[in-house]
Amino acid sequence: MSSTAERAPRYIDAINQALAEAMAEDDTVVVIGIDVGAGEGIFRVTRGLFERFGPERVIDTPISEMGYVGAAVGAAMTGLRPIVEIMFMDFLGVCLDPIMNQAAKLPYMTAGALSVPIVFRTQTGAGRSAGAQHSQSLEAMLAHVPGLKVVMPATVTDAHDLLLAAVRDPDPVVYVENRRLYATRARLDRDPLPLGVARVAAVGEDVTVVTWGQSLRECLTAAEGGSPSLEVVDLRSLVPLDMETVLASVRKTGRLLVVHEAVQDFGAGAEIAARVADELFDDLRAPVRRLGAPAVPMPFSPDLERALLPSAVAIAAVAEKLTRES
Amino acid sequence: MSHPDPSGAPVVDPAASAPLESLFASMALIRAFETRVAELYRDGEIPGFVHTSLGQEAVAAGVGLALRPDDYLATTHRGHGHCLAKGVDVDGMMAELFAKATGLCRGKGGSMHVADPRLGVLGANAIVGASMPLAVGAGLSSKLRRQDRVAVAFFGEGAVNQGMFHEAMNLAAIWDAPVVFVCENNVYAEFTDSRTMSRVPRVADRAAAYGIAASTVDGNDVEAVHAAAQEAVERCRVARGPFLLEAETYRSHGHYEGDAQPYKPAEESDAWGALDPLSIAEGRLLERGAGSAQRLAAVRSRARERVEAAVERARAAPPPAPEEAYEHVFHG
Ligand SMILES: Cc1ncc(C[n+]2csc(CCOP(=O)(O)OP(=O)(O)O)c2C)c(N)n1
Ligand SMILES: [Mg+2]
Repeated sequence: MSSTAERAPRYIDAINQALAEAMAEDDTVVVIGIDVGAGEGIFRVTRGLFERFGPERVIDTPISEMGYVGAAVGAAMTGLRPIVEIMFMDFLGVCLDPIMNQAAKLPYMTAGALSVPIVFRTQTGAGRSAGAQHSQSLEAMLAHVPGLKVVMPATVTDAHDLLLAAVRDPDPVVYVENRRLYATRARLDRDPLPLGVARVAAVGEDVTVVTWGQSLRECLTAAEGGSPSLEVVDLRSLVPLDMETVLASVRKTGRLLVVHEAVQDFGAGAEIAARVADELFDDLRAPVRRLGAPAVPMPFSPDLERALLPSAVAIAAVAEKLTRES
Repeated sequence: MSHPDPSGAPVVDPAASAPLESLFASMALIRAFETRVAELYRDGEIPGFVHTSLGQEAVAAGVGLALRPDDYLATTHRGHGHCLAKGVDVDGMMAELFAKATGLCRGKGGSMHVADPRLGVLGANAIVGASMPLAVGAGLSSKLRRQDRVAVAFFGEGAVNQGMFHEAMNLAAIWDAPVVFVCENNVYAEFTDSRTMSRVPRVADRAAAYGIAASTVDGNDVEAVHAAAQEAVERCRVARGPFLLEAETYRSHGHYEGDAQPYKPAEESDAWGALDPLSIAEGRLLERGAGSAQRLAAVRSRARERVEAAVERARAAPPPAPEEAYEHVFHG
């Protein structure tokens, strides 16, 4: 690695920088969560914020997700813009009500009289032997609830840009980091893409590969082989879902593979596959394929876990099979 | 951070209280509204479910009149009275129950979701317990923004066995949030006698576990509720920390309209029937020479007329246009 590359920020630094920028530009922005303050976060995502912004803006909570996530929603309804941390995405299990029934519903049920400008910041990431209660990618569950936006930054640039966009957004946004990307480094691009726009991460001709989050790396590695030629689309957000970019790519390639780290059954890949089948049935040259984790809880064993997660090799193999099917 | 004084001297000057006549008028409006809503629901004019607060009017009026228009209020599925006592427009509420375009929420909320942020009303809520963390957040917001707005969470005694109660009480305590938790103890949670669901008979006793000041008040005595609520609210306003106020009352109708209530002993309903909060207030006003029976009857009939006018307007109003179903999912 060159020294220039070493100085580029890490994904985790980009999040930290975006948090600081959001707090500096708007003093109603507060960070709320377990150990986010003086402790600076279990992954040190919030480092320096407590010192710089103080305990009224970087608020430590008890281990009380239902209470503090609910309170953050109440605060968002009354003039603050909270960024509330759910330490692991799996912990949604104890605090879904304020997200699913309050934040997602109140603006609609009040015909827009109430707004809930809040960011639910969380992280996922299988592949580190964290066990079945610390490894789940639950984005499809959230995207299924009308009223929530769901963003999944796959790059250092998006870790920064999508977080700032989420804080500035007037609606509840779930912002999902992947901890396996925390140490990746890259320079921040100049012009941020808006929230809700997908990005063609690799141009190709034969198969469109749609993905998001950390699976992007595997897809890009698979694309490096060059044959078949893969066009990789990084969705960036599931809600809003930029189908135009996906459809434009599939119109060109005639083939679609959706890849995600989340369990394949009833996953977001099914939604994208269905939409492409609806819109482009006549343009498809092969059946639409999905590649996600099998429907089992994520095991602890590194060997078992590795076998379950979509790898570059598996992605390339499915893509190659797709080109032979037509 | 300075810690609130959990006991301390009273902060309210009794002379500042709302007069009993105003409290009575507020209760009369709620009684008229709920009585009419029950009929309209029976007659099929109001869709969905309806939970009335008949018999509990003193709690709503006593607390509502202790609040400023900019104070926050989060309430429950049984929230009509709380909203009316906070000053929410009768026409807008009735039209909302009728699911009309002129409703406060343009027909997208209904009985269980009436809201009016202009009056700090963050909404009735159909998730038992959800009012509590939301009110804590509103209180936190007020405190961090250096405002002196107080947040009130109404909830039933059934909701105190919900985890949200525990978490919200603890958060309000550690954050010294200006939140008044008002538990309307009406004995029943749906069809269940709540006394069988906890070994702690008094809800207010639970406050000690969180270091929160608390009291229990006769919830059918509107003056007692008002005095206790004013004290709790003003303590919050001067940053003495949160308060749990338990008001003991009784739900005179079913859990929802149409509930035949086979689970209530007749002697119990009769005993509470003799403690009707409006009759108690009327008796007191007459005793004090503060109003003739005629004048009090006129207050009640004006309330009924006001409600009837709202019913007529709601009936005449159009339903929301079909395309409105797609609006307001997102602001941006
Ligand atoms: C989380 C949740 N569980 C259950 C219900 C169904 N439910 C609605 S009201 C109610 C009883 C609530 O009793 P209480 O808190 O005493 O309020 P009350 O109805 O007496 O005003 C129940 C169980 C619900 N709406 N939300
Ligand atoms: Mg009850």
